[in-house]
Amino acid sequence: MIRVLLFGRLRDVAGWRERAINPAPASLSALKTVLAAEDLALGEALAGTGVQAAVDKVLVRGDTALAAGAEVAFLSPMSGG
Amino acid sequence: MVRLQTEPFDPGVLLSGFCRGREETGAVVSFTGLARAGAGAVTRLELEAYPGFTDVEIERMAEAARTRFALHDVLIVHRIGEIAPGEAIVFVATAAAHRREAFEAADQLMDYLKSRAPFWKKEQGPDGARWIEPTERDLTDAARWDKPAAG
Repeated sequence: MIRVLLFGRLRDVAGWRERAINPAPASLSALKTVLAAEDLALGEALAGTGVQAAVDKVLVRGDTALAAGAEVAFLSPMSGG
Repeated sequence: MVRLQTEPFDPGVLLSGFCRGREETGAVVSFTGLARAGAGAVTRLELEAYPGFTDVEIERMAEAARTRFALHDVLIVHRIGEIAPGEAIVFVATAAAHRREAFEAADQLMDYLKSRAPFWKKEQGPDGARWIEPTERDLTDAARWDKPAAG
């Protein structure tokens, strides 16, 4: 299982804030493929400029392997406070 | 210390508490940011944070400022959730031996908080909701601190 969290605009695009994805995709790119297959608009939004990903609350660049139970957050461009 | 909270806060109470019991601190600077109504365009702000990520990132910046400006202490309190116009949204206080460091540290921390801190902000108004991104001014203000300190 992978726990997926969406922040900012992405949450509005998808219509949800948090989901569990089963079975766990093996990598960040595989997870994006799963999400995009279910929701084309979300898939496009995840590929948008300025969207970052954090795995277990640490920002990652590029693709990375995902361990079962990982928490993946997709972060829209941050607004500041 | 960094605190994210949904409850309103009283900046005067925070400042009094922050000043208490200091004998070596010669300067305390505080900044309070209020949510603006934008001439009626904004009826409510929604500020979203990622707990365990947003607070850790801000804590990291506070630590960097503490080192760079030789601060004795830093306090950052930031509202999250729903905020009404006129309410305090952010409070920053810095303590140092002398005023220059305290002023500059508070200035830098606010520039960071306004432009790069991991928040997601939505304005609700009579014309609906819109997501907010940093203004050009916020970004150039923040970039001032990217250069190494002069001298």
